[in-house]
Amino acid sequence: MSTLSRNEVAHLARLARLAVTDEELDLYAGQLSAVLDAVAQVQKAPVEDVTPTTHAVPMTNVMRPDVARPSLPREVVLAGAPAAEDGRFRVPRILQEEA
Amino acid sequence: MTTSPAGTDVTGTDAAELVRLLAAGEVTSVEVTRAYLDRIATEDGELGAYLHVDPEAALARAEQMDGVAGERGFLTGLPVALKDVVVTEGVPTTSGSKILQGWRPPYDATVAARLKAAGTVLLGKTNMDEFAMGSSTENSAYRVTRNPWDPERIPGGSSGGSSAAVAAGLAPWAIGTDTGGSIRQPAALTGLVGHKPTYGSVSRYGLIAFSSSLDQAGPMARTVLDAALLHEAIGGYDPMDSTSIAAPLPLLSESARRGARGDLAGLKVGVVRELGGDGHAEGYEPGVLARFGEAVALLEGLGAEVREVSCPAFDLALPAYYLIAPSEASSNLARFDGVRFGLRVGDDGSHDLDEVMALTREQGFGPEVKRRIILGTYALSSGYYEAYYGQAQKVRTLISRDFNAAFGSDGGQGVDVLLSPTTPTVAFPLGARVDDPVAMYAADLCTLPASLAGMPAISVPCGLSDGLPVGLQVMAPALADDRCYRVAAALEAAQDAARGSRFLDQLPRRTAGSEEGAA
Repeated sequence: MSTLSRNEVAHLARLARLAVTDEELDLYAGQLSAVLDAVAQVQKAPVEDVTPTTHAVPMTNVMRPDVARPSLPREVVLAGAPAAEDGRFRVPRILQEEA
Repeated sequence: MTTSPAGTDVTGTDAAELVRLLAAGEVTSVEVTRAYLDRIATEDGELGAYLHVDPEAALARAEQMDGVAGERGFLTGLPVALKDVVVTEGVPTTSGSKILQGWRPPYDATVAARLKAAGTVLLGKTNMDEFAMGSSTENSAYRVTRNPWDPERIPGGSSGGSSAAVAAGLAPWAIGTDTGGSIRQPAALTGLVGHKPTYGSVSRYGLIAFSSSLDQAGPMARTVLDAALLHEAIGGYDPMDSTSIAAPLPLLSESARRGARGDLAGLKVGVVRELGGDGHAEGYEPGVLARFGEAVALLEGLGAEVREVSCPAFDLALPAYYLIAPSEASSNLARFDGVRFGLRVGDDGSHDLDEVMALTREQGFGPEVKRRIILGTYALSSGYYEAYYGQAQKVRTLISRDFNAAFGSDGGQGVDVLLSPTTPTVAFPLGARVDDPVAMYAADLCTLPASLAGMPAISVPCGLSDGLPVGLQVMAPALADDRCYRVAAALEAAQDAARGSRFLDQLPRRTAGSEEGAA
């Protein structure tokens, strides 16, 4: 039986930048253990010498001529942003210490 | 019932016929568009199919299309609804998520651009499970969508807004997207035709990504011919999608017309044992299996040679899919970081960037999206990668091999198409599976193999069980979408002839403040 503990779920949520609540941890640990148990069946498959498939169609590098093309106007792109300043995306502070 | 001045029941008319009426000038786009907008205004409060409708914009566009002189797009004046996962320039697009509430995209998806170029009128954006993750549309952050056949039941998902809108006559047809069955399953549960094209044959540019190796957009319509016409408008090579296949589309509407003539002589059909057959019927409703069996017999009567085919790896499609799709989703949804678009939470000077991202995602995503991100993060993490994601990718290879063996693509004796029920059950009641993700996932049992192998597959109605629609799935080799349309059209024509009416004519049409309208 595969299980995911509450602590494991909390760790994964941190990695995925999800500030989950205690109630969510309780709920998801149970639900995800059931899901994990179901999906762990893939381990039963006879896969010796089987190559993995990432895409159903053959993938090749797609090239195009390296020529400049018009892009979206800056103000149009910034119009959808939660915060913009001086023609740029404004983000919360990244550095902790005083500069 | 809404009628045009010419007396046509516009919202009860097939899209293919509307194309003809519009081209002949017998109805105008404004009349057709207004008829649908009227029905949306009176019915959608209860049905819940749409997330965004802009009647003024739709009528202005319709008026413009009525004024087009000279060369016209082949769908000029036809209204269409788009699933809200398709980005539309200047028109709100949320993918059913709070994290994108109020976002107006700065560009059109290729699917939306091609429909515009064909002359269609955008009726609105339809409800869906958040980021297309779900099988009932109950994971929408915005509203409940009901099944027009029974308002206490789900319309399927994730394209449940599109399925409900088309079945209830609030759109002549609609675009859905399908990652593991999200076009075919809702089509089956609402009595529509829904087709998932060959992976790579319809552009993914501008579809908000869920699982990039699986996502495909496709048509949802009332008839096989309508679905083929809509598919022809959106399909074909697009340089903006690096997985787009540079091959011409097969002749789809032509195949639908040919199929409707009813001759399937010489067609070799395989019925997949692992999808509801002997020893594999657990979880399938007897009514679904009965309708499916009758439909197969009907196809045999039209000249098809039917035999059972075994695809053992299909038994593992569900676990493989529910590792691959969440893994890809956990990566794709990293773009929702509260920086470039959508919601931002906690940016009050007391939280650093990481905390703002985590608070934004916590508040912006619903439970199923969080579950899948966590599961995908786990399956891709060091130490578990090989046992889960790596193993699932190998199962994906085994499923493709089963398809290739069945179709004779490996050099053996093959069948032309494979058949199965589209879903194990008819539409289930609202709320029945929301707290049990594993039970919810089982709704995709039959549709997952074709998704994982990139094969085209269509769902076509094949009867009613307890008064609710049952769908039959036709799967074909990659790039042979035309075979899906041909077989589906043959079945549709034979059943329509036997019944003396179209499938959806069995659905009592609700009209506000009046008894059921006369057709």
